[in-house]
Amino acid sequence: MRIVALDRRALSLGLMPGMMLADARAQVPDLAAVDHDPLADDRLLERIADFADRYTPLVAIDSPEGITLDITGAAHLFGGEGGMAADVERRLEGLGLTLRHALADTPQAAQALARFQSAPSADEAMAIRRLPIAALQLEEGAEVALRRAGLKTIGDLAARPTGPIAARFGEEATAALDRLLGRADSRLKPRRPAPALYCERRFAEPIGRTEDALRVIADLAGEAAVVLEERHGGGRRFAARLYRSDGALSDLMVETSLPVRDPAAIERLFRERIDALADPIDPGFGFDMIRLAVPRIERLAPTQLQLEGGAISDDAMAALVDRLSTRLGRGRLRRFAPRDTHLPEQGVLALSAVDAERAEWDKPEPGEPPLRPLHLFDPPQPIDVIADVPDGPPHRFRWRRDHHEVIRCEGPERIAPEWWRRHDRSGLTRDYYRVEDSAGRRFWIFRNGLYGKEQSRPGWYVHGLFA
Amino acid sequence: MGESMEQLAALRRSIARIEHRTPAEAASLVATGHDAIDRQLGGGLVRGRLHEVFASEAGDASSAAGFAAMLAVRLGGALVWLRTDEAEAQGGGLFAPGLGEIGIDPGRLLLGVLPDPLALLRAAAEVVRCPEVGVAVIELWRSPRPLDLTASRRLSVAAEASGVTALLLRVAADPVPSAAQTRWAVRSVVSKALEAGAPGHPALDVELLRQRGGPGGQRWQVEWNRDRASFHESGCDETALPGALVSPAAGGPAGTGWRRTG
Repeated sequence: MRIVALDRRALSLGLMPGMMLADARAQVPDLAAVDHDPLADDRLLERIADFADRYTPLVAIDSPEGITLDITGAAHLFGGEGGMAADVERRLEGLGLTLRHALADTPQAAQALARFQSAPSADEAMAIRRLPIAALQLEEGAEVALRRAGLKTIGDLAARPTGPIAARFGEEATAALDRLLGRADSRLKPRRPAPALYCERRFAEPIGRTEDALRVIADLAGEAAVVLEERHGGGRRFAARLYRSDGALSDLMVETSLPVRDPAAIERLFRERIDALADPIDPGFGFDMIRLAVPRIERLAPTQLQLEGGAISDDAMAALVDRLSTRLGRGRLRRFAPRDTHLPEQGVLALSAVDAERAEWDKPEPGEPPLRPLHLFDPPQPIDVIADVPDGPPHRFRWRRDHHEVIRCEGPERIAPEWWRRHDRSGLTRDYYRVEDSAGRRFWIFRNGLYGKEQSRPGWYVHGLFA
Repeated sequence: MGESMEQLAALRRSIARIEHRTPAEAASLVATGHDAIDRQLGGGLVRGRLHEVFASEAGDASSAAGFAAMLAVRLGGALVWLRTDEAEAQGGGLFAPGLGEIGIDPGRLLLGVLPDPLALLRAAAEVVRCPEVGVAVIELWRSPRPLDLTASRRLSVAAEASGVTALLLRVAADPVPSAAQTRWAVRSVVSKALEAGAPGHPALDVELLRQRGGPGGQRWQVEWNRDRASFHESGCDETALPGALVSPAAGGPAGTGWRRTG
């Protein structure tokens, strides 16, 4: 077993990561060791990244132990870079973590400085030049080769022309060097894309009541509405994030079927959302910051807000859809849309009503009785059928332990398998019959497979029930 | 005599005021299109009230659902249909083209599928309060505990306040006292055959079990005509009755000629 990581005290005793545990125990007999759990480490890192979200929405995880923040234009909120760093340290103190931070112009430089800087340096460029070669994070072989060549620091490498270095140690070495020195374009890859618009509010004293938090969300929605109005846009999704003073987060999300920017409507949806929560939000010691984000802005003509209730306006129905979808969950309220396929069970898309537009459906043929059932079973339910001839219409069948005598029958309506959608061109032809039993119940049943050609004993199924 | 009549009318008005009920005359009536039924109902189904439709057996679920859908066609407006996961599994999912075959535009339907009857009734209360909805179909299987007299009274009051017509579709349940305006029992019945012994237009046996402030206990056999969006007397021909059973296989669709389809 090898050692993966050590705390500060163990390092001071001369132990190194990568040592055999037995060797380390020989040096320090009472060494306390726990199993390495990379998943738990990742989870902790995710949690800290969530926490760091309060400083800037652009947060990237730098595995296995780093977090990089893009604090461009955000540091002044905390009294400058120093103030922000002090705030991070103060808040994370309680978790028992050892922190090292660094500020630099590029993400790679900041990461390298945080990991490898040994002594403070006045100038950022100077500090980077003093970093060891390991800061390039090259492969083992390239790193050893560089060191053997006598190039020990970034400064040694940066002073030389890039051509010979690339030829001898690989393109990767010069590329990494360029990124570190800010010569190449290097960007942060945030965990989440930055929202199109966000408003936030920080509180000097944490607020403890959910009702107050809701009022703040409404205020923020009002602020957002001003910006949205200027851009002639609206949001279909609003995410509120409540930052508890102890670092825990609560996320609330509402969606609407049409773009909106009306603060009252947004507040109402958030109220529904909070009411519908299975376990209420726990404010703990209070929230000290609330952020409302609009991930995407969609076009919303300025006239829409002035529309006053008509007979059945789409807006009014949309409000009901939003309210119910927020309350019941977005998958629970559905709208139907047709799909271009012959297979009945695949011919209808049940879409979440929030997303779906109103679809156009074909009108049934005048004069015909219903040819498609009101209720459809998916999957179809197997039945036992007695037919006069194997490829003829059914005579009698048994479904759910009841016998049904067929007195009326129409068919077959043949629906061929969609061979063009399947690679192996498999699938069976279905012969559908509309049948009525002696009690007047009407069924849609089918024989799966052509007798003698596709199947020797084709199975029968009830697929639907007519009114 | 005249004075006491006046007193009685005044008393009724004040009771209506206490109950916050608009008198039935003010609420609009929607004719079903079937003369005898409309006569019995005093003109038609009252909009903005709770009506119950029962299928006493699970096998009649599709007929009762069909009847509710047909009433929704007559009533018009946006349709919201609420059911439970259990109903979807046991009775089959609502099939949009099939609703179209009854005369409902599937594009204008909102389907809510809820995990349990309690959640369903809560959602129903929400839907029935929303005046933009035309008809709310609330489908419940068997007799769940949350559906009691209070629940149906709540729905009925909400329906009166908003003008939404609530159709409470009860499958595999026995009629019990409730706050509904009318209560119907629906069974499937053998349809009038088309050419070649094909099953015909939806035929239903409809029984008006009870109506508030009017006579109940009548039974009709009706047929639904989608093209005219109307019920009419089921002209059940003699050969269609189960007594005069002709095996379709023996008679044979081919023997009596074909009906053009599609």
